[in-house]
Amino acid sequence: MRLAALELRLYLREPSAFFFTLIFPLLLMLLFGSIWGNDPFPEQTFGYIDYSTSAFIGIVILTAGIMNLTVSIASYREKGILRRFMAAPISPLIFLAAEMMAILVVSIMGVVLLLAAGVLIFGMNFWGNGLEALAAFLLACGAVAGLGFVPASLAPSARSGTVIANILYFPMLFLSGGALPRDMLPELLKKVSEVFPLTHAIRLMRGIWLGDHLADFPVEIAVLAGFIVAGGFFAARLFRWD
Amino acid sequence: MEGEAIDSVVSARGLRKSYGQTVALGGLDLEVRRGEVFGIVGPNGAGKTTTIDCIAGMRTRDGGGLSVLGLDPASDARRLRRRIGLQQQESELPERIRVRESLELFGALFGSAPPVEDLLESVGLSEKADSYFSALSGGQKRRLFVALALVNDPELILLDELTSGLDPRGRRRLWTLVDEARGAGRTVLISTHYMDEAEKLCDRVAIIHRGSVVAVDTPQALIERHCPGIRMRLGCGEGFNPGSALQLDGVLGADMQGGECVMDLTGADAVVPVIRALSEAGANLGDLHTERPTLEDVFMVTTGREYSEVG
Repeated sequence: MRLAALELRLYLREPSAFFFTLIFPLLLMLLFGSIWGNDPFPEQTFGYIDYSTSAFIGIVILTAGIMNLTVSIASYREKGILRRFMAAPISPLIFLAAEMMAILVVSIMGVVLLLAAGVLIFGMNFWGNGLEALAAFLLACGAVAGLGFVPASLAPSARSGTVIANILYFPMLFLSGGALPRDMLPELLKKVSEVFPLTHAIRLMRGIWLGDHLADFPVEIAVLAGFIVAGGFFAARLFRWD
Repeated sequence: MEGEAIDSVVSARGLRKSYGQTVALGGLDLEVRRGEVFGIVGPNGAGKTTTIDCIAGMRTRDGGGLSVLGLDPASDARRLRRRIGLQQQESELPERIRVRESLELFGALFGSAPPVEDLLESVGLSEKADSYFSALSGGQKRRLFVALALVNDPELILLDELTSGLDPRGRRRLWTLVDEARGAGRTVLISTHYMDEAEKLCDRVAIIHRGSVVAVDTPQALIERHCPGIRMRLGCGEGFNPGSALQLDGVLGADMQGGECVMDLTGADAVVPVIRALSEAGANLGDLHTERPTLEDVFMVTTGREYSEVG
């Protein structure tokens, strides 16, 4: 906890590192929101913003859990800071969990910005159960960060970390329903995108948002939980301190 | 047998470690006793850091026996790290962490609440407590790392290249910290490529060369055993013939340098008889000073190499 709180403070002292995480999804919302507005779709009760805010939240989670996590840990590794941490009797999982907590707070800040803009500018509606939405959000953060553990555990430098993170980031950004609606994708890409945690995360969050319940998404929840477990297992075995 | 086991804090037998084709340690033996300041000296690349990393459980040895505080660093690294303090050669902290925060953080990572203000005081960083790590000078950073190595009140402290790259004043401040650690009853293992530092600071030193120990003892005993002689510089006027000094007992070599005769003697006990003999022979003697051999000379004798040529 101490480490998580401190890491968060360190993040806040270096706002440029996560500025993009907060601002990019907000800009997308403002841009597309100004094009489509939030009037209900034909024969539906919800409009564009109601439908897409889950996707923008997905982009926050993606940027924080893949980009920020990987690059910050890889640069620690490059500078030898991880070696200093290794001299303390902590396990890689504790360290990663602390980093994840710090990143979770950054993600929550991003979500708050999106919700504020959605409500104030677009008159956004929400049909879900707040607690279920929170659970879906946390599950999504955990699963995406679980995948982020792979590059974060191995990348030897900030530069290589950025490259590896990009390789994971952009396919998910475009194929998981974040920046583009998945309905626009060809069938093959739709199938391919099922391997990404973000695809399941956005589907789950959107479902809850529009009034469904956690029980309606057993597959999505299983996949997301699987990513958390697999990421943790991978990091416990292969995390490199230097 | 049991007494020896308790007395020994680090015990290495035939320690081996390679990185690919490069052999870093080729069968290194080491015995560090409780309460002493033990130095590993040798040129860069001799295997000092690898030795310390293996002892701290930061790297896993390829072979040989190793026991540290009764634990095997390879299988019990995390338990061992609770009881040791480590200052690493290449080590950093996040730029924007404050000095006090770093001590609190590492205290928390060790599950203890260290006496932060006392630690800051003892390493002379009280006034820098709220500075960012990146704002510290090289010597201040090094002192902070020593403080970090003490947050868990360790029995054994490992200091890797404690003072390299620091100015003389910075080095002396760190030497004081090592003396204080010894005073507090801790065992200290330091590595250094400064021979003078090892000579001043350490109760015992191991000279290592190419991954194994070539000599180990107190600095004084090493010098007496391997370099028993002494060098004397004697002012003795222009007309002096060094050949006359060479005839005397205890003189191994004599040569004129300016107005001085530089003589290599068999030992300190030869100084007075030689001066008396020269004086009785009518030489016009002036200023006198003697130079004792240093660990650097011991290194040269035991490895057959000039210290400055290696590494």
